Amino acid sequence: MEIIRAEKLSYDYVSVDDDGKEQGRYRAVDGVDLDIEKGDFIAILGHNGSGKSTLAKHINALLLPTEGSLFVDGMDTRSEDEVWKIRQSAGMVFQNPDNQIIGTIVDEDVAFGPENLGVEKEEIWRRVEKSLKSVNMWEYRSHSPNKLSGGQKQRVAIAGVVAMQPKCIVLDEPTAMLDPVGRREVIDTVLELNRTQKVTIILITHYMEEVIRADHVIVMDQGKVVMQGTPREIFSQVDMLRHYRLDVPQVTLLAEELRKAGLDLPKGILTEEELVMELRRIRKGNPGTQSREPRLKKR
Amino acid sequence: MLRDITLGQYYPADSVIHKLDPRVKLLGTVLYIVSLFVFGKPVNYLLAAVFLIILIRLSKVPVSFMVRGLRAIFILMLITAVFNLFLTPGTVVWQLWKLKITKEGIRVAILMVIRLILLVMGSSLMTLTTTPNDLTDGMEKGLGFLKKIHVPVHEIAMMMSIALRFIPILMEETDKIMKAQSARGADFDTGNLIQKAKSLVPVLVPLFISAFRRANDLAMAMEARGYHGGEGRTKMRPLEYHRNDHIAYLVLAGYLAIMIAAKMLT
Repeated sequence: MEIIRAEKLSYDYVSVDDDGKEQGRYRAVDGVDLDIEKGDFIAILGHNGSGKSTLAKHINALLLPTEGSLFVDGMDTRSEDEVWKIRQSAGMVFQNPDNQIIGTIVDEDVAFGPENLGVEKEEIWRRVEKSLKSVNMWEYRSHSPNKLSGGQKQRVAIAGVVAMQPKCIVLDEPTAMLDPVGRREVIDTVLELNRTQKVTIILITHYMEEVIRADHVIVMDQGKVVMQGTPREIFSQVDMLRHYRLDVPQVTLLAEELRKAGLDLPKGILTEEELVMELRRIRKGNPGTQSREPRLKKR
Repeated sequence: MLRDITLGQYYPADSVIHKLDPRVKLLGTVLYIVSLFVFGKPVNYLLAAVFLIILIRLSKVPVSFMVRGLRAIFILMLITAVFNLFLTPGTVVWQLWKLKITKEGIRVAILMVIRLILLVMGSSLMTLTTTPNDLTDGMEKGLGFLKKIHVPVHEIAMMMSIALRFIPILMEETDKIMKAQSARGADFDTGNLIQKAKSLVPVLVPLFISAFRRANDLAMAMEARGYHGGEGRTKMRPLEYHRNDHIAYLVLAGYLAIMIAAKMLT
């Protein structure tokens, strides 16, 4: 069953002057059709200004479509009565860890969502414990968020969303302001949630390494969905990705260059292990190629 | 100077006073301050001081820590004392040209200084034993009756707790901006007061812009997590009165009764 469906979704940013007269329009999202299945891990890629964040804000009903419509778990985001239900079904984690933590103590921040939903006290405590444990931050429950690292803060923010028991979590570039260690922590946490609790994950990012483990990748450019497929399908089209000003994981790039140089490698290699395996295969099965290569270089 | 102000700082300890409901402490502090102004006899000050000393003992906050808080108001105390000393009319004890010290002046000056000391120590005892969060919670619930006359109590409490949460973040940001501006040759340390104030403009402008940006982000994050005002909101740690809180109210009533009795009898 699909949890999110977008039909011809478009959104215009309208700039107005002091009298409220329209000055100009900028179409950030342009006729996007989207179907996201329950339990999937979706990655949305795109360089700055491709409309990916704007699209994400629609899923949480923070923005409403200018044209077309978006359904979250069967609810139209335009219906005002269901806004709070939609926000509970689709949680959102933002980019800046400092600007989304409301509580002055970790557990209080995690409780903020359930408190807004009017959940009973005992249930709040249960949820706080469960969600903090699911992001491995339970030991820090009575700390001040100011004393945590970026990755830890972001995990607290994720716990805060998990405590609302959403069916789907949208992460809008959650790792953009983190160091590599923090990035790994956050992505591992998200994957774990997706695997163990079957939460649908929509990860918006421009780090290719984070995309590899997704079930499905969507590439956006100028407000349109331009590529869709499994990570392997997407990354086998290196030239297309370059055209949309996106990077490719280093391993994929190396494999692609080797393939162009005449090595018999498959398209869309994503991990180092895969590349090593393929290279071993070539060496064993086709010794001729291997011995010819160095000679070529000598010339 | 700023470091000396213990007013508004929290001293973590495990004591009866720390565990009291913030509403009790808030009401207690207000009544204590009022009592200092209403009952002006020396015997009242003595009783108030004894009461405060017992409370400080119970709170396990080191006395030295409390006294440090007084340093910040030392100048205020000095001015108060000097004015009362010289300007109270009465029997002259000592005179130099037009300046004269009167017997009543000495009395009033001493009492005023004692009153100020008790005032500051009394209120800092509350802030030292109550976390800012408890304090805002206590105000929200304790002043809840004001909602009837359309005072947005919940919103004010929410704003206060958010402000408290962002103080360290904005301090860090100020520091960063100052360093960035110094790196480009800004000078914050030399010149007179006006020049120094002017040199802060390039710090304040980016700080304000960033604060607004943060506020925007935070509002969006709060909305995304279903915040829609105080209505229908539950609490993870709702304030509930326990046995000790009732006892504390009785103690407070007892203190007031003794103060009134002392004023009437002497």
